[in-house]
Amino acid sequence: MRAFLSQSEALHLLARSPLVIAAALVALLAIAGAALAPLIAPSDPYDLASFSLVDGLRPPAFLEGGDTRFLLGTDDQGRDMVSAILYGARLSLVIGLGALAFAAILGIGLGLAAGWIGGRFDALVMRIADVQLALPAILTALLVDGIARGLLPSGARDEVRIPVLVAAIGLSLWVDFARTARASTLRAKNEDYVQAAIAMGVHPARILFVEILPNVLGPLVVIATVDLASAILLEATLSFLGVGLPADAPSLGTLIRIGMQFLLSGEWWILWLPTAFLVALVVAINVMGDFLREIFDPRLR
Amino acid sequence: MLAVQGLTVAFPGRQGTFNAVEDVDLAVAAGEIHGLVGESGAGKSTIAAAITGLLPAPGIIAGGAIRLGETDLLALPFAARHATRGKRVSMIFQDPQTSLDPLMTIEAQLVETILAHEPALGRAAAWARAAALLGETGIRDPERRMQAYPHQFSGGMRQRVVIALALCTNPELVIADEPTTALDVAVQSQVLALIRRLVDERGIGMVLITHDIGVIAQVTDRVTVLRHGRVVEAGATADVLGNPQAAYTKSLLASIPRLDRRLPRFPLIADEERAPSASAGADAGALAEAWLKARPAGAGTHAAEALAVENLTVAFDGPRRAFFRKEPPIRAVDDVSLALPRGAVLGLVGESGSGKSTLAKAIMGLVQPSAGTMRHDGAALPPGRTRPRKHPSRRAIQMVFQDPFSSLNGRRRIGAILAEPLVLYGLEPDAGARARLVSSMLALVGLPTDAAERYPHQFSGGQRQRIAIGRALLARPDVLVCDEPTSALDVSIQAQVLNLLKDLQERFALSILFISHDLAVVRQMADRIAVMKDGRLVETGESEAFFAGPREPYSRNLLALTPVLSVKRPRAQAS
Repeated sequence: MRAFLSQSEALHLLARSPLVIAAALVALLAIAGAALAPLIAPSDPYDLASFSLVDGLRPPAFLEGGDTRFLLGTDDQGRDMVSAILYGARLSLVIGLGALAFAAILGIGLGLAAGWIGGRFDALVMRIADVQLALPAILTALLVDGIARGLLPSGARDEVRIPVLVAAIGLSLWVDFARTARASTLRAKNEDYVQAAIAMGVHPARILFVEILPNVLGPLVVIATVDLASAILLEATLSFLGVGLPADAPSLGTLIRIGMQFLLSGEWWILWLPTAFLVALVVAINVMGDFLREIFDPRLR
Repeated sequence: MLAVQGLTVAFPGRQGTFNAVEDVDLAVAAGEIHGLVGESGAGKSTIAAAITGLLPAPGIIAGGAIRLGETDLLALPFAARHATRGKRVSMIFQDPQTSLDPLMTIEAQLVETILAHEPALGRAAAWARAAALLGETGIRDPERRMQAYPHQFSGGMRQRVVIALALCTNPELVIADEPTTALDVAVQSQVLALIRRLVDERGIGMVLITHDIGVIAQVTDRVTVLRHGRVVEAGATADVLGNPQAAYTKSLLASIPRLDRRLPRFPLIADEERAPSASAGADAGALAEAWLKARPAGAGTHAAEALAVENLTVAFDGPRRAFFRKEPPIRAVDDVSLALPRGAVLGLVGESGSGKSTLAKAIMGLVQPSAGTMRHDGAALPPGRTRPRKHPSRRAIQMVFQDPFSSLNGRRRIGAILAEPLVLYGLEPDAGARARLVSSMLALVGLPTDAAERYPHQFSGGQRQRIAIGRALLARPDVLVCDEPTSALDVSIQAQVLNLLKDLQERFALSILFISHDLAVVRQMADRIAVMKDGRLVETGESEAFFAGPREPYSRNLLALTPVLSVKRPRAQAS
């Protein structure tokens, strides 16, 4: 009930926390940059013809030897770093959001059903969730990726790259949603308004989605923001390990992997710029998640 | 001994400062119980918090003086103020469940408190004093009971321990905030008698905060009536209750259900704030009224009994003691047979834990009875999970729950909540007609018609209960099951809601199963009465005959213990 805040109160809290404003700005800029990448990026990093080895390893424009065409320098292939980062972030965000949606739908669905039905079904779902929690996320993702590689013909692999990644990451994140949804459902089930609906003979699906779900949405939104950051990080990790996206369609993780080769060679921008971008994005999303938690749970204020 | 003058407590907020308490005077002499009475939001607890220094942030004492004996509390520096209060003021809280530490023995809590205030006393002397105090508060065999943990005491006994804890530092002033609200009537009257005796014997000053005028009448010497943080009326209890001057006090007294006779309606004395809402809605409610009256006659056999249960038993599994051993099942409802005559109100009374609510849930199909049959309008009513979702009784029997804060989904608009039965039972296919019917129903239950656009949290408890009643009525029920429909409400609101229920019952010939722990409320509402104790039916009968002379000793006792509004307490000659 207290989660009901007037909008003005949320805005008031926002105005008092400069950190959250800064985080929101960073996230907004990063997301806008990624979304508008084809419009604002100086070149298309997927078009191999658009860059040449002659421009390779240029430092950022503000350094000696820099070229104003390449604001943040180029990598060894002559790829413009600004474009590579914007396109990389675009891929990272698409996969992160996709995985989040996958995890949320799977987790909330199973959690609501487990809490409502109870008994053996509940026990089964929750034990599977426990097993899932015991497996490190990266291991789940590697497993799904490996199975997909084995099952699919080699020609199809590249096309399903992104869906496989989404499923792999989503599978390792659904547990949080399921547990929260289940716990909230168990609590809401004993509330009089749900009892009233049961007594009146309302269809269970309607009770779950109209009566219960809106009441458990608050904590789920918070989990979603925190998990979005995790999903982006997980994608970066997988790509860094080489099981994610290939070098010709680089995500932020792939860029970092490429940059690793230049860690000690003096061309620092190839590694550190995508890394800094990734860190800024993830931190910003996490700070906003904490802020949302504060709004939905006034006890933390 | 305690003198509060011109106390103003302010809560600064963004929308401006809110004065929870304004310009309140209060004087308590030694050996005197001073009652603070008022409805929720009157500022009773805020005054107590200001005296004890427990004001929740951002509350501040914006003006006035609090004097304890010769000491001006507010003039003292913080640490000294804190120490003075700790030594001379004690507090008794409402809920004995939460005011004792469940992980410490009674002994540890008492002895520690005594030693914290009088370190020089020594452990043995502190122990002796603690044991003596427990004995004094009516705990038998105190030396042995000292070793017990709070959960090993019953609610009333626990409140006695809390009182002992409050007295163990020999305070001059004790503030009791709703000390008996969480207790059953029988226990309440014992605890109040204990409080009175201790105050007389020890010459303590006490501020007793309560919403219950019955409690005020039973034990207090003087009373201050509060409303919206201001003093409405103050004086000797007998004068204020016997001959109230302020309009608010009069209306408050009039809305208390009487135990001695049944009135057709609660007299509602309108004051400047409480507009008579019923007449305003008379026109707008006509549509809903006509719609309800036009309900098709029940499809059943027109049995004389709208609802009947026979030999109903609901048993819950006992707690598991070991892997293969379970305690015997708890029989929450034990072989109960009851009948609700058509068009009548059956009052079901009992103390907490007597199985009243479980019976209601069994009727609604929310719990699975282990034995017995139920009939609605002559037709068998399938129990628990075997009742199909589309069973006709799901519409014909509707329930009003006790807690209006939990019975309405906070995320749905009132309009959607009220339209639910219309959609669910296919009573009104047209969305426009539904909306008109909903707003007319809102008028009928005495709410503004624009309420449909708003959310439950924008309404007070009484208004929410009206909404819940409206929702139940929109299903066009013949039977209404009301489980303590007013026990979460203030008395003046209770009077309004009960009047509304009476109106609706008479106009639409509803049959109502009215569950309550409060005999006075049941007397005002019920035609027949049934008393339950520990899951069993003790007595049933016509209401008037029952109140004239109950047959069973248990019923007689219950009736005798219910506080009545007469100031008859002989004052002990201590002071």
